[in-house]
Amino acid sequence: MTITAGTEPPEAPEQSEAERPEAVPAELTGAPVGRRLVLGLLGLGAAGVVTGRAIQDWLARRLSSLQQNDPTGLSDLLPLGNNFRYYSIVGSVPVKDASNYELKISGLVDNPVTLTLPQLRAMMQTDLTLDFQCVTGWRVLDVPWRGVKLADLLDAAGVKTEGRAVRFTCFDDAYTESLTLQQARRDDVIVALEMLGEPVTHDHGGPVRLYVGPMYGYKSAKWLSGIEITGEVKRGYWEGRGYDIDAWVGESNGRNDVPTS
Amino acid sequence: MAVGTRPAKRVDLARFTLGERIVHWLTALLTVICMATAAVLYIGSLSIAFGHRQIVETIHIYCGYALPIPMLAGLAMRAYRVDARRLNRFSPDDWRWLRSRSRRDGHIPVGKFNAGQKLNSAFTAAAILILLGTGILMHFTGLADVAYRTGATFVHDWVALALGIVVLGHISYAARDAESRRGMRTGVVDATWARYEHGAWAAEHADGEAHDQHAPAPAGSDGREPASDPGGPVEPARVRPQL
Repeated sequence: MTITAGTEPPEAPEQSEAERPEAVPAELTGAPVGRRLVLGLLGLGAAGVVTGRAIQDWLARRLSSLQQNDPTGLSDLLPLGNNFRYYSIVGSVPVKDASNYELKISGLVDNPVTLTLPQLRAMMQTDLTLDFQCVTGWRVLDVPWRGVKLADLLDAAGVKTEGRAVRFTCFDDAYTESLTLQQARRDDVIVALEMLGEPVTHDHGGPVRLYVGPMYGYKSAKWLSGIEITGEVKRGYWEGRGYDIDAWVGESNGRNDVPTS
Repeated sequence: MAVGTRPAKRVDLARFTLGERIVHWLTALLTVICMATAAVLYIGSLSIAFGHRQIVETIHIYCGYALPIPMLAGLAMRAYRVDARRLNRFSPDDWRWLRSRSRRDGHIPVGKFNAGQKLNSAFTAAAILILLGTGILMHFTGLADVAYRTGATFVHDWVALALGIVVLGHISYAARDAESRRGMRTGVVDATWARYEHGAWAAEHADGEAHDQHAPAPAGSDGREPASDPGGPVEPARVRPQL
C-alpha cells in the first residue's frame, strides 16, 4: 500500500481548505521512509530466494546436532529446513503399540502371514544411517534407522513367480505406496522399528513404518499395516497427485538433490 | 470518563471511513486464516492432530492469493490513499518519537499514525508481497529451478514467522487500547484520546471545522463544543484519559 502512496500528488486532508495550503500536515510531506523500507525488504527477499539454499545448508550443518538434542523441542519451531515436518493426510490416526499392532503380508505369496510387533523384533535387525529427504525440500542428515529388511519379509512369505510389485497400506486407512519387486529387495529398504535411536514414535509413523533409503520421503510410508504382492505397480497416494512413482532422490520430481543412498 | 457525568465533553473525531474499515477487517480475516493454516502445516503436533494436509494446504494457498486484494481495492478510495501516504511519510518528529524513551507521554506531536504504526505497516506490506512472490514460486513448481524454490521456501518460512510475531504484537497493542479498537470498529475516536495519542492529528481537526468530524452535536450548539475546542491548535493532552 505504501508503494503506490508515493505516486499520489500531495493532498491536504479534507479539513484543510484550498485557501490554507500551508496547513498541509507534516505527516503528508515527510520523507517516504515507508516506501524505501518496503523496497529494501523486497530486495532482501529476492536476495534470500537466490542465496536461501546456501544459507539453509550452512545453518543446517551447524545446528542439526544441537536441534536433535534439544530437550525442549522449541528449536524445531524454527524454519531451519533440517528437521522433520510431520505430514498426515487424514483427520486422525489410531495409536497402536505392541498389544494391537499387526503387519499383514498378502497377495501373490505362498505363505500369507500376519506378524506382530514382538515377531518383527525377533527377526534379524538391520541398521542404516542415512538422510531423510522430503520432496518439498527439507532434509534431515544422518538419521539412524533400525528394522527388518523388506527382502527378508518377502522371502519369509515366499513371492510367487507372477509377483512383480509390492503395495503398501497403512492403518490411517488412507495412505498407500508401492515399489517394484526389484526396488523392494534393495538392502537399504527396511521395515523400520526404530529411528533416531528409539522406537518409531506415533508422529513418525510408529510403531512400524517403511524406510526406502534411496527415495523421497513419501515412499517411506508411515503407520505401515499391510504388504501386498501384486502383478504390477499401483500408484500411491501422492503419485495420484502429480509425484513420480520412481522417486529416486536427485533423479525424479524435477529435483537435483544429492542422493541419500 | 462516564458519559453520564460529562455528556457535553465527549467529542468524536472521524478516524477511518467505512471502506477503510472493511479493508482492515477483510485483511484481518484472511491473515488469521493464513496463520492458522500455516500453523497446522508447519507445527508437527498440530499437523498430526489436524491432518487433512491437502485441504489445509489448499485453503492456505487461496487465502494467501486473496490477501492483497482488499488493500489493492482500497487504493480506489481517496481516504485510503491519504492514509497510505501518511503511513509512508516520516516527519522529523517520527524519528524523535522512535528514539525517545518517553514517547508515550504525549510530548512529541504524533500525527494520525505514530512511527511504530508506520514501521508496522511498511513491514507488513513488504512481508505480504514477499510471501505472495515466494508462495507463487512454491506453488507453481515449473516457474523456477529447485535451488530457487528451496530459497523461496526458506524466505517464505522466515518472513512468515516474523510477520506472525508482528501481527501478534499488533493485536496485543490493540488489546490494551479500547479506544483505538473503537476507531477501527466504528470509525470514530474520542477527541481527548486523539489529543493524547495523536496530538498533531487532533490539532488538524481543531484547525478545520467540526462539520466533517462526525461529532455528535451537543444540544444547543452548532456542532462545536466550546469547552474543548478553543478554535486554535490544541495542546497535546498530558494526562492519559481513562476511557
